[in-house]
Amino acid sequence: MAIWLTKDSKVIVQGITGSEGSKHTKRMLAAGTNVVGGVNPRKAGTTVDFDGVSLPVFATVAEAIKETGADVSVIFVPPAFTKGAVVEAIEAEIPLAVVITEGVPVQDSAAFWALNIDRGQKTRIIGPNCPGIASPGASNAGIIPADITPAGRIGLVSKSGTLTYQMMYELRDIGFSTAVGIGGDPIIGTTHIDALKAFQDDPDTDAIVMIGEIGGDAEERAAEFIKANVTKPVVGYIAGFTAPPGKTMGHAGAIISGSAGTADAKKAALEAVGVKVGKTPSETARLMREVMS
Amino acid sequence: MDLFEYQGRDLFERHGLPVLGGGVAETPQEARAIAERLGGKVVVKAQVKVGGRGKAGGVKLADGADEAEARATDILGMDIKGHTVHKVMLAETADIKEEYYFSYLLDRANRTFLCIASVAGGMEIETVAEEQPDRVAKIAIDASKGVDEAKAREIVAAAQYPAEVAEQIVDIAVKLWQAFVAEDATLVEVNPLAKVGDGRVLLLDAKITLDENASFRHPDHEALVDQSAVDPLEQAAKAKNLNYVKLDGEVGIIGNGAGLVMSTLDVVAYAGEAHGGVKPANFLDIGGGASAQVMANGLEIVLGDPAVKSVFVNVFGGITACDAVANGIIQALALLAERGESVTKPLVVRLDGNNAEEGRAILDSANNPLVERVDTMDGAAERAAELAAAGK
Repeated sequence: MAIWLTKDSKVIVQGITGSEGSKHTKRMLAAGTNVVGGVNPRKAGTTVDFDGVSLPVFATVAEAIKETGADVSVIFVPPAFTKGAVVEAIEAEIPLAVVITEGVPVQDSAAFWALNIDRGQKTRIIGPNCPGIASPGASNAGIIPADITPAGRIGLVSKSGTLTYQMMYELRDIGFSTAVGIGGDPIIGTTHIDALKAFQDDPDTDAIVMIGEIGGDAEERAAEFIKANVTKPVVGYIAGFTAPPGKTMGHAGAIISGSAGTADAKKAALEAVGVKVGKTPSETARLMREVMS
Repeated sequence: MDLFEYQGRDLFERHGLPVLGGGVAETPQEARAIAERLGGKVVVKAQVKVGGRGKAGGVKLADGADEAEARATDILGMDIKGHTVHKVMLAETADIKEEYYFSYLLDRANRTFLCIASVAGGMEIETVAEEQPDRVAKIAIDASKGVDEAKAREIVAAAQYPAEVAEQIVDIAVKLWQAFVAEDATLVEVNPLAKVGDGRVLLLDAKITLDENASFRHPDHEALVDQSAVDPLEQAAKAKNLNYVKLDGEVGIIGNGAGLVMSTLDVVAYAGEAHGGVKPANFLDIGGGASAQVMANGLEIVLGDPAVKSVFVNVFGGITACDAVANGIIQALALLAERGESVTKPLVVRLDGNNAEEGRAILDSANNPLVERVDTMDGAAERAAELAAAGK
């Protein structure tokens, strides 16, 4: 088992005919993901071939769901069209929409999030600006490399893509149930708290690695949640201890404003609720080994 | 992107919001001309993106063009908390009777927008919120519904603005929201929102942040970038679509993915503690699908910083293939040598993940004495710090 994405998940790709969409569809298929089709209104009715696998292209998400029973959509459309793509996924009530696109205007993210609330949150949105979700050995929705680690019993939730890969690599001998990259934008559909809750409830996850970074107060809120709700061991890592205030460090959400959002504040909040926090990825991995042994 | 006050004033004016007449000057002569156009008393205000300019002497009254020119001479070139004043704004003066506060901003925690409104203006809203929390109203805005007249009335009531200004503030709240949305802002703060002698309510200051992710639908926002504040290396990096932030250390950093690069800065800073306190010289994220060309561009930018004594290339190949990164490094060194900018600074490279073996083999067979390969992130950071300290 895993959270949100299992071997039974049926995945469609919005933007399957674009360069990123087709490149990663190929990789997802190679990882064993059950990709059942794609969406592109201008190429509806055609098929796309990926190393001998022929996938149908549908006009809309709703049609793709009707024809294939898809329950996951991975969105690879450019920033200007992302809001429209996510709105379509929400209106079709797909259970999981993974938004990979980087550079989505925050008002667009706020708009599709508001719509999702209005519609009773029938869709779990992961991202935007995220690497997606991978349940090693079962399924892979997004761009997380499938061959870093085998399946295991650690759950991982992270704002950063490459730090996710780094941590999976450091702990590849233990393995992961599911790794969720929630994205580095100011407004995201799935938070650390959502993932912590799901891992807490997942019988196949024994311990959780939580990777945060400077900016906002999501890690502080996660700490409060852990205190009240999480009994499984959690190990944390925060990137950006030495980042200067006022500078956006790559991710739109990674900026220290005044005294808020610093790595030290986040580390202190997590440690106050018993989470061990590593100063570096390697130290974090070592802490996880201690917890798991 | 944060705007200067004068840019905010202009933006408000364009969106039909009530502001005082004003203009921006880079020289005392320009200030004089604007003062003549405005006529009478004017206020001369330093344009810096930092608070506390009034206390620092960056805001002065002037009676007529002669005084305006003199005050502009005083203020231009001033240093306010490390920010040099390159521009002053001249504005008409107002007979302020009451000062209020009004803002719209992004509320990350609740994944929506927020209005903060207060009858206590002219001071820091954080201070008001702490000392007189009952005078600060926070009203959540539904991003799909926005602020219409009814919502504006709700805000005005919650803030307890006086009845005689309520109608004007309802109108301002609606128009300000329209401006917030139309310009893809993440913050518009008006402090003070002031009632003046003739009963009008005016927006007397502007703090605006625009969403750079939305720049594709705002070609006009490019003109708002403050070129004087842009580091030349940051500018060169931006022209090459690289995400670079100049810092003040000696170890150049190149990595892939914002989180990993931030983490690399930390690991290098820790390693530097044992090596004379050397620190990271920059943040540079070459992105998820970095090609050889991108690597070459990145190296060129980082080596263009004279403070850099060593470079740490830290790549975890997810999508990026490490052999492409390795080729990029070798090609970049050849490219720079061809241009006569021979590289003399040592490079420490750590490659893991996708095609790491191939990438390492490429570096090993190139056998460049300047390129040193280290297997772990911690070990490579340590070595890069050591080399930077030796090169100081």
